[in-house]
Amino acid sequence: MSEEYKVSIGLETHVQLKTRSKIWCGCANVFGSEPNVDVCPICLGYPGTMPVLNREAVKLTVLSGLMLGCEINRYSKFDRKSYFYPDMPKNYQISQYDKPLCLGGSVEIEVNGKKKTIRIHRIHLEEDVAKNNHFDGASGVDFNRAGTPLMEIVSEPDLESADEAFAYLQALKQILVYGGVSDCNLEQGNMRCDINCSVRPESQEQLGTKTEIKNMNTFKGVHRSLTYEIKRQIDELRKGGKIYQETRRWDDEQGVTKAMRSKEYAHDYRYFPEPDLMPVVLEEAEIEAWQASLPELPATRRQRFISEYSLPEYDAGVLVAEKAIADYFEQVAELSGNAKAASNWMMTEMMRVLSDRDAEIVDLPITPAALGALIKLVDDKVVNMPGAKTVFAELVEQGGDPQAIVDAKGLAQVSDTAALDAWVEEAIAANPKSVADYQGGKQAALQFLMGQVMKASRGKANPPMVLDALRERLGAAG
Amino acid sequence: MTQTDAIDVKYVAHLARMQLSDEEIATFQSQLEHVLVHVRELSELDVEGVEPTAHAVPVHNVFREDAVRPSLDHDRVMANAPQARQGLFMVPQIIE
Repeated sequence: MSEEYKVSIGLETHVQLKTRSKIWCGCANVFGSEPNVDVCPICLGYPGTMPVLNREAVKLTVLSGLMLGCEINRYSKFDRKSYFYPDMPKNYQISQYDKPLCLGGSVEIEVNGKKKTIRIHRIHLEEDVAKNNHFDGASGVDFNRAGTPLMEIVSEPDLESADEAFAYLQALKQILVYGGVSDCNLEQGNMRCDINCSVRPESQEQLGTKTEIKNMNTFKGVHRSLTYEIKRQIDELRKGGKIYQETRRWDDEQGVTKAMRSKEYAHDYRYFPEPDLMPVVLEEAEIEAWQASLPELPATRRQRFISEYSLPEYDAGVLVAEKAIADYFEQVAELSGNAKAASNWMMTEMMRVLSDRDAEIVDLPITPAALGALIKLVDDKVVNMPGAKTVFAELVEQGGDPQAIVDAKGLAQVSDTAALDAWVEEAIAANPKSVADYQGGKQAALQFLMGQVMKASRGKANPPMVLDALRERLGAAG
Repeated sequence: MTQTDAIDVKYVAHLARMQLSDEEIATFQSQLEHVLVHVRELSELDVEGVEPTAHAVPVHNVFREDAVRPSLDHDRVMANAPQARQGLFMVPQIIE
């Protein structure tokens, strides 16, 4: 029986910060412009240009640190990391070496019902570099991305599976989006990570030799590459082989990691203090003010939804997963005065619409006020559930006022006893067999008769009243 | 001066992508060692209790507000490009 192996994974996650302008200059921090349009001599790395630090980039990094429970360094500074690559013509990247903005902290994850704390080592602030486009025989460089404020979150090697790495990235993304520090839009490259992975026999205390997988830009890619790399390392050790400390590249098409030519990555960055930027000294009062401005984080909000609105744990988890959805739900709950109904609408109809259309909730024409009003119309028995669903479908398409839609489509629920009695009599007269079945003890027959009444009313009859009328007319089931 | 902390001029030159002849390496080796000896005099000072500093001037928190300013006109940006294609700076193929 071969020995089991333990896995240790650490992630270095790069997150682009949501500032208006770049980190050292006033060029716009936007995605999707034509190449080399949002650039100036500073972000092009011209000699003699002077960077000036964007205050907002510092604030967003510190906010991230506060949300992740980091210790905030009161004294922080920037350093030059030297390397030669066309994505950085000044031949160094301004980063932070020995005095990063944040130290320590952690992220809570849950995999298969098991909760776990993943420690953060540090968070530092740096500049993003240009983007290379590859052609046959040449490369083309676009500097629009150069100078985007980039936060690097380094985890401790506490992750022990591809599933945990995936859960960590999701939890991190959720927190950062909640805090408004980044959109974490993966398609736009807002979040990219480098993976450090090693395995070791269970009996071994000390970490095994690690490999690094560079520049992953999807969570799924992280999961797939780790699944492959963990198996590769274990297979290698099982057959008596050796793991080399090297940088590997994930080939998404072939589904394998491949060693890169290690010589090109034998870096010696020669970090030294950036003489063109002054240190950052953070005052206690400033940090406290930022701390006070932090939004409620997903885990806390989930607990509150459970206690305040009496939602099941699962529903609360679904509703808080995205801040926009959680905000929407809370508004609907407040405006309708019926949190349970609000949750039901969100969990069923709204989630279905969002997934069918692959839409964002803020982009739908239906406002929280409209959904709140619709719930009230149901509670006030102005419209029944089938009618309300018709109104909802209309609101999703065009927005508008629920009451006006009820009037325009003639959806108002009929609760008038005389009208209901007429439909009930009609259904009973037309279906003697069902009547006999019900009186013979078949509950299902009552549902059938109920359906006939709803049909006759074209969906507008008040269902509980119909049920009462039928029971009264037919007596209890035999 | 000990040999253990001598500068490896050949290695440093490679890091800086400088091509030096053997004679130049020998010349710089000797010159840089003199510089080191000079700088090392600082270690004779008693700096007990003095905080390390990254800057000689006591200035900190030099910020700019997060406001967008016009970028450089694209034609001017590309004016210095030895080669351009589709608005990109073209460089020899980068091997990943």
